[in-house]
Amino acid sequence: MRHLALVFVNLRRHKLRALIGVAGIGFGVAAMLTILSIVNGAIGMFERILAVDSHYLVFERNVSDLFFSSVPDRDVAALRALPNVESAEPLLFGLVTSGDRPIITCFGLEPTNPRLTKAKWLAGRPEEFGQVPGAVWLGARAAEFLEARAGGRLQIGRGEFTVAGIFATENGFEDGGVFLPLRAAQEFFSREGVSSIVAIKLRDEARGAEFRQAVTAAHPGLMALENREFNRSYTQFKILHFTAWAVGLCAFLLGGLGVANTMLLSVFSRIREIAVLRVCGFSRGQVAGLIFGEAAVIAAAGVAVGFALGYAALFALEHAPIFHGYVQAVVKPLMLGGIVATALVTAVLGAIYPAQFASRIQPAEALRYE
Amino acid sequence: MNDLPAPAALVRGRHLRKTYDAGRIRVLDDVSLDVRAGEMVALWGASGSGKSTLLHLLGGLDVADAGELTVCGCDPRDEADRLQLRRRHLGFVFQLHNLIPDLTVAENLRVPALAAGLAADLTAARVRELAEAVGIGHRLGHRIQDISGGERQRTAICRALMNSPPLLLADEPTGSLDEDTGDTVFALLRHLVHERGIAVVLATHERRFAEQCDRRLRVRHGRIEDA
Ligand SMILES: Nc1ncnc2c1ncn2[C@@H]1O[C@H](COP(=O)(O)OP(=O)(O)OP(=O)(O)O)[C@@H](O)[C@H]1O
Ligand SMILES: [Mg+2]
Repeated sequence: MRHLALVFVNLRRHKLRALIGVAGIGFGVAAMLTILSIVNGAIGMFERILAVDSHYLVFERNVSDLFFSSVPDRDVAALRALPNVESAEPLLFGLVTSGDRPIITCFGLEPTNPRLTKAKWLAGRPEEFGQVPGAVWLGARAAEFLEARAGGRLQIGRGEFTVAGIFATENGFEDGGVFLPLRAAQEFFSREGVSSIVAIKLRDEARGAEFRQAVTAAHPGLMALENREFNRSYTQFKILHFTAWAVGLCAFLLGGLGVANTMLLSVFSRIREIAVLRVCGFSRGQVAGLIFGEAAVIAAAGVAVGFALGYAALFALEHAPIFHGYVQAVVKPLMLGGIVATALVTAVLGAIYPAQFASRIQPAEALRYE
Repeated sequence: MNDLPAPAALVRGRHLRKTYDAGRIRVLDDVSLDVRAGEMVALWGASGSGKSTLLHLLGGLDVADAGELTVCGCDPRDEADRLQLRRRHLGFVFQLHNLIPDLTVAENLRVPALAAGLAADLTAARVRELAEAVGIGHRLGHRIQDISGGERQRTAICRALMNSPPLLLADEPTGSLDEDTGDTVFALLRHLVHERGIAVVLATHERRFAEQCDRRLRVRHGRIEDA
């Protein structure tokens, strides 16, 4: 790379202009990194809430969100009675407020739910779940931000509860949630006799299709999906993914325009210089290469700046008290590669027109203007 | 003019015509010229007579409307030939130095070598040798904006000679310098090309420079005549 002096001279000359290009790419990288890793983390957490030790999820057909899904208790019983079903665990979702927390996820579940035994209990015992009247159980982070102790009293919505147990789970949504026995939750949310979803564990997973048919036949209002299918088809996940990519790409579009602008100004302001390079024997391709080289340097700097900004933002979000437990950034290597590639492609696309313009400069004409 | 080219003719132009504005402005009309290896030829004429236009044709910066032209065995109408012409066969010196500001003298001198893909060690040796020859060896690390006008023009001459071309095209190379500096730079240029056997086509409107050349071609009304 012996052209380096030429590539850098112009960036050094117009530092502010170069910085605008770098910032454009940098913001794109940072936005994409932050959004994608948060969405990935959130989807991962949500998937794990739904699918603890289960194969299928059963929920109400044609609802826009699982919060609105209603599966009647008698259907849960019927599901349990199916021959291939080892366990069917109903889960009722609700949102509650407590103290200055406007939104806390509330889970209504039965004492047999495996997530209770899987959790690490910091106070109380899993056997007591559902045995203590007027009691609530808290995720560890929820206990932390609600400043609640085991045995203490806690105001949730318009009700007052005794904290009977606190347990830590790996899942941020759960860890920041409150847990009620299913009956108590149904009563609290005035949704007597229903739950949101039922997690099904089969005896023989290979005969899943049969199970699904049985559900559809006996309960036309319900639908059963394999965990994997569910994650793919759940509209909220789709919307999240789509939004993440759309916002990220928009950020990059702006970044690309930033590079295009920087490079165009760079070309326009040294038409004469480029003509001289041509006179000195630079080919059209070499001139274009110079412009692309400049864009690549801008992109590389933008990627560095963007990663620094993005990681700083993720760190801040993960440690911001209001997001406690809800932001679990999941950064995947493939995603990082994709972001770097997008940044480079964006910069190169932004440099195409400027490079084309530069390579078409006619030396004789350009040198005539003094 | 003799239609048989001398064996060592670097430039052979016949009936060259160049017009602008869709033929309305006829700058060169039926111009024929030969330039042989090692000779210094002055294109001497008033401002606007077409000296620069002719130099641009010779250097492949512009293309004639009609006529035949061969420069160092290349056809300046062909893009690939033009590139070879600029890289290997000729150097340009302009009235304005046309160096790249913010780069050092040495970095500027490396530009033609970069274009031609000359090896780094050869480039370094050549930069030093040329700079010493014109007396700017101590200025190699200085940026263009930090050296004098005379030094800039010397740098421009060195740059034109970087790839050891047999032909130098100089368009009023002393035009932006004061008289004394202009004389010094011109003497230097003359010495350098004589010593190395480089042919020069010099565009100038100053009689004193034209008179120091081996031959003078008077450019007038779109034609040239021996003077
Ligand atoms: N692109 C162009 N369009 C129209 N006219 C042009 C163009 N380029 C050159 N000319 C005209 O051609 C004529 C010759 O120009 P040229 O620059 O070759 O003259 P010159 O002899 O080099 O003059 P000077 O001594 O002032 O440098 C001038 O009248 C100029 O106005
Ligand atoms: Mg001129």
